[in-house]
Amino acid sequence: MSAPAAVVYSDAIRERWRRPRFRGELAGATAIAEDVNPLCGDRVRMMVAMEGGIVTAVRFVGDSCAICTASADVAAELAQGRTAGEARALGAGDVLAALQSDVRPTRMRCVTLPLSVLGKALGP
Amino acid sequence: MRLDEQTRGDFPILSRTVNGHPLVYLDSAASSQKPRAVIEAMTKYYETTHANVHRSIHTLGEDATELYEAARDAVQRFIGAAAREEVVFTRGTTDGINLLAEGIGRTLAAGDEILITDMEHHSNVVPWQMAARGRGVVIRSVPLVGDGLLDLDALDRLLTPRTRVVAFTHVSNVLGTINPVALIAGKARAVGAISVVDGAQAAPHMPLDMSALGCDFYVFSSHKMLGPTGIGVLWGRGPALEALEPTRGGGEMIKEVWADRATWNDLPWRFEPGTPPIAEAVGLMAAIEYLDKLGMHRVMEHERALTRQAVDQLGAVPGVTLYGPRTAERGAVVAFSVRGLHPHDVAALLDGQGIAVRAGHHCAQPLMRWCGVVGTSRASFSVFSSPEDVSLLTHAVASLDTAL
Repeated sequence: MSAPAAVVYSDAIRERWRRPRFRGELAGATAIAEDVNPLCGDRVRMMVAMEGGIVTAVRFVGDSCAICTASADVAAELAQGRTAGEARALGAGDVLAALQSDVRPTRMRCVTLPLSVLGKALGP
Repeated sequence: MRLDEQTRGDFPILSRTVNGHPLVYLDSAASSQKPRAVIEAMTKYYETTHANVHRSIHTLGEDATELYEAARDAVQRFIGAAAREEVVFTRGTTDGINLLAEGIGRTLAAGDEILITDMEHHSNVVPWQMAARGRGVVIRSVPLVGDGLLDLDALDRLLTPRTRVVAFTHVSNVLGTINPVALIAGKARAVGAISVVDGAQAAPHMPLDMSALGCDFYVFSSHKMLGPTGIGVLWGRGPALEALEPTRGGGEMIKEVWADRATWNDLPWRFEPGTPPIAEAVGLMAAIEYLDKLGMHRVMEHERALTRQAVDQLGAVPGVTLYGPRTAERGAVVAFSVRGLHPHDVAALLDGQGIAVRAGHHCAQPLMRWCGVVGTSRASFSVFSSPEDVSLLTHAVASLDTAL
């Protein structure tokens, strides 16, 4: 019996989980934030580099599930090149659109955790 | 006939499919499914008998009261309590522990100590932290040794005359470890401490005898033992329960009330303010009757065989790590992790094949830290769980390493 993973997770989620593009430490980060998902204990840290009011680089590290990892990776990609305000305005809808996916309410926190951590790093 | 062959037809939910596959329900440690007898008993109660209990001087009220109190008698017999007055209905295990922590907490003073263990469910950790807060009370915790047993030498060192409460689980909801309740309760009593046992993962799976366990308080939930949600049991040894101060007021728990004071009702009603979960008590009684008919020894043997099978088969899958003691005597749970996969992804992928398992920290974060993981996946069993369920799980897990 083969597990129908495609039924469970979109190709985009699986691809981002297998080969995240923005995972790793960020030397020269100007802001760092971290938080946990109370549902599962997952921990995600987002590191941001800002220059002239623009997000120039974002990296993340964390022990997290496929959805959370994919969300962090997409959030990092989407934030780059935006102002702090624009990056803070990124929402679950933006991430899910990039992941070509819908997730159940029980897993929504896996999507939003990286976004809220990113928002924390970017400040009020 | 195997127990699951005898019982499966009694559980209507097992006939449904999930994601195109027949449901394989391996999450009974979180909440068990319900046999038709329980569902029908509650429906019949609502259709023919419902009224408020205890002060309704009319036929329905009297019948409802009779059923509610008959449920208490059923619980008393089921757990071997010395008297029906020792059986208090709560909303569940968590509620029972909170009730105890609130009541005992009021008697604690600076320097007193509460002893818990590193394998507790958060519901047997956080209420004690709340009881300790602002009183200068210290929480200590018994560490684990080996593959997940309580360090009884450390327990001896941690138990002192300062220890006022020893709160521990009968069966770990992650490791399946069965703790020596009588031994620990005896040690607690020797230093004058009150023993509180979380029986949530024991009551559904093994014969219980409060007189043999020797603890002061024992709490469990209905919904993990085939009964409905919303009701649980707090058992207290007569003198211990008598000494416990009620912390929740309202109707039914009083004898006489004036504007500025009140006197308390007798046990057990002293701890049951407000309208109790009557239909749920009727459902719990039906669940107890169902389990009694099967026989708790038979239930225990059936689930131990499944646990052994799961430990043997899952443990042989490359990349799978199991948690908990490698002994035959353990609770009906098997926690595992799959190399390279997050527990939530394991659960989601298994759900894609109709297999329901729990994943995450199982409300036991201190224990997860001891295991060195963020979380695990967990299969757990009940009377309707079958060897085929375990085989399906094993095959599905074996195919996961290439699934994502």
